[in-house]
Amino acid sequence: MDVLMLSRLQFAAASMFHFLFVPLTLGLSILTAIYETKYVNTGDEDYKRAAKFWGKLFLINFALGVVTGITLEFQFGTNWSAYSKYVGDVFGSLLAIEATLAFYLESTFIGVWVFTWNKVKPKTHALFIWLVAIASNVSALWILIANGWMQHPVGYVLRNGRAELDDFIAVVTNKFGLLEFLHTVSGAYILSGFFVMGVCAWHLLRKNEVEFFKKSFRVAATFTLIFAIFEIFNGHIHGSEVAETQPTKLAAMESIWETQKSAPMYLFVVPDAENERNSVELFPIPGLLSLLSHHSTSAEVKGLKDFPKEERPPVGLTFFNFRIMVGLGFFFGLIAILAWLKRNAPETAPGLLKTLIYTIPLPYLAIEAGWVVAEVGRQPWIVYGLMKTKDAVSILASSQVFISFIAFVAFYAFLGIIDFYLLAKYARKGPEAAK
Amino acid sequence: MLETIWFVLWGVLWAAYFMLDGFDLGIGTLMPFLAKSEEDKRYMYNAMGPFWDGNEVWLITAGGATFAAFPTAYAVMFNGLYSALLLLLFALIARGVTFEFRGKLEGSSWKSLWDLFHFVGSFLPALLLGVAFANIFAGIPIDKNGVYQGTFFSLLNPYGLLGGILFVLMFVTHGALWLAIKTKGDLYQRALSTAQKTWVAQLIVAVVFLAFTFVKTDLFKNYFTYPFLLIIPLIAVSSLLVMRKFMVDGSEIKAWIASALHIVGVTLFGIGGLYPRLLPSSINPEFNVTIWNASSSPLTLKIMLGVALIMVPIVIAYQTWVYLFLGHKLTEEDLEYEEAY
Repeated sequence: MDVLMLSRLQFAAASMFHFLFVPLTLGLSILTAIYETKYVNTGDEDYKRAAKFWGKLFLINFALGVVTGITLEFQFGTNWSAYSKYVGDVFGSLLAIEATLAFYLESTFIGVWVFTWNKVKPKTHALFIWLVAIASNVSALWILIANGWMQHPVGYVLRNGRAELDDFIAVVTNKFGLLEFLHTVSGAYILSGFFVMGVCAWHLLRKNEVEFFKKSFRVAATFTLIFAIFEIFNGHIHGSEVAETQPTKLAAMESIWETQKSAPMYLFVVPDAENERNSVELFPIPGLLSLLSHHSTSAEVKGLKDFPKEERPPVGLTFFNFRIMVGLGFFFGLIAILAWLKRNAPETAPGLLKTLIYTIPLPYLAIEAGWVVAEVGRQPWIVYGLMKTKDAVSILASSQVFISFIAFVAFYAFLGIIDFYLLAKYARKGPEAAK
Repeated sequence: MLETIWFVLWGVLWAAYFMLDGFDLGIGTLMPFLAKSEEDKRYMYNAMGPFWDGNEVWLITAGGATFAAFPTAYAVMFNGLYSALLLLLFALIARGVTFEFRGKLEGSSWKSLWDLFHFVGSFLPALLLGVAFANIFAGIPIDKNGVYQGTFFSLLNPYGLLGGILFVLMFVTHGALWLAIKTKGDLYQRALSTAQKTWVAQLIVAVVFLAFTFVKTDLFKNYFTYPFLLIIPLIAVSSLLVMRKFMVDGSEIKAWIASALHIVGVTLFGIGGLYPRLLPSSINPEFNVTIWNASSSPLTLKIMLGVALIMVPIVIAYQTWVYLFLGHKLTEEDLEYEEAY
């Protein structure tokens, strides 16, 4: 394999592995903060134990989220140095701002939160976890503004042989980035909500600490429902933004080959990229795709054949991952409603509880599929319409990248297995006994 | 002007990183030699416990600032030093997860595994960062397109390795002093006497390194041209010397501050000598990566300067507060604390 392909695989592995840990960090920090706030407000010791219990799971997960994030920063330079040179003026500054604005705050106060349970007033202690939660999410905002710029570059001029910043406000208010942020963090909150409900369900089925887990469950159910519903609407808006700004991605997501007005949506499609067509198209709903993507049943939807072959993303990966994400998204909405309806007495619905346990891995699947759609669907561009991925890669020997890729996979697999083992072990163990 | 300001800020970020994470890396390097029992180890882990994560962010920011302010330098350095930087990365990952994993399961082989990870993850970054900076001081083989013409092993030349050893010793002394600040009794005594011993080695290596630097590099040129800059090496030398006095007096806090000042002085001495170069080329000075040919646009530099001027003082303020609030000596009670490492 050549350096380009190896670097792509390495970056895909590094970012997808990173994103096994980050979503839970984003949501569980907020849930932990909510539990601790409830403790401060009510004095109910169960909520203090909840903050400690969920906080511990947060910490196990947090460590790998942070260290795998450093990898991504490094890789822009090591594997994508032509990219770094070409767009560093815009992209690099967003990463640097993220570090000064959010990452210091998060990393400093997580240590403080862990070590000061008995040293400060409960109110002050709760403030620490809120700082961590807010900083994690602000961090996500800056990273997604940076990614949003790669998806839909704005506020730059081509000068001195590179993309230079021209309008900072345009970059930070880039609609694409903000929608992507809302979409991604909502996904992270859903994942975290289902994680908490799933762990609660496991204990409730075993009648462990029933009162404790009912309290945790109730908060998580409301939290999950809000974002599961929000995500469905937000996903739609984000999708129509993609249609506007990245027509090739939309065409790949839907496997549309011919440009057409009043484009229908087929309920069942099997793409055949080789022959530039779909081998199966069943159950059309007339005009629905035009309506969903451009808010009008008669709107024109661009087909892949309208673009040169070398500017089309891989259709199969984009198409199937999009369906996994959307299908799961609706499923989460349904389960979240059921869980919310039973929020006060989840122990009376064993079927739901069992479902919730098996649901735990699904948001992970959905969120990874979402990233495949976002990143693979953007190909062959690293910055949409501005720079191709093949022009972004470093000058390296393929043996160098091959060895590092193998090393990453082996090391990450080792750490990932340990981390998930510990997460499962401490989740099963339950909270510390009440004093 | 903006480029120069960012060059100074770039140097300050590295200096801050070495000053702060330096003691963590030093403690980790010392662990197999200094810890006699599991309890000693736990004191050592907990001496870094609330701080190391925040310290490491200075590295992320130093990297991020290089990327943002001097993207060409970032690209040339990270591409050229691929293997060395990925090794550094793996080491940092190994160290980071140690804190979280070590205490989560019982069993001595589990703990030994993470202790090994911790040692390698502390020693290797200290060494590699020293090797990297010494090589940059001496110039690295980059051609006119900024392509690195050496290999990983060409970094391991005598001057590079000497720089690596100097960094390890600086961090080890710094770490031993921090451990002295955080402990009492026997461990305190051993930490302090370790610092005294490593200080001697550090002094010898520093003198040899400085002499080598005079011969091997042109770092001194700026200092002869602008003699007022000599204040930087003067601070580096005098803080190294007064450190000794404070150590012997048993004033570990003052000694640590002197050590911190020394590390900052050494870093800024190197950076000051480099100016205006970020990555000198050993092939031809015309291929140097400088602040002029590697910097971002004025607008980006201005915006980031605004962010830095507002945020860095805030970061310093809350991190200082954390150090003052949690910098007290550890007690048995601290180790029994359920969140302790």
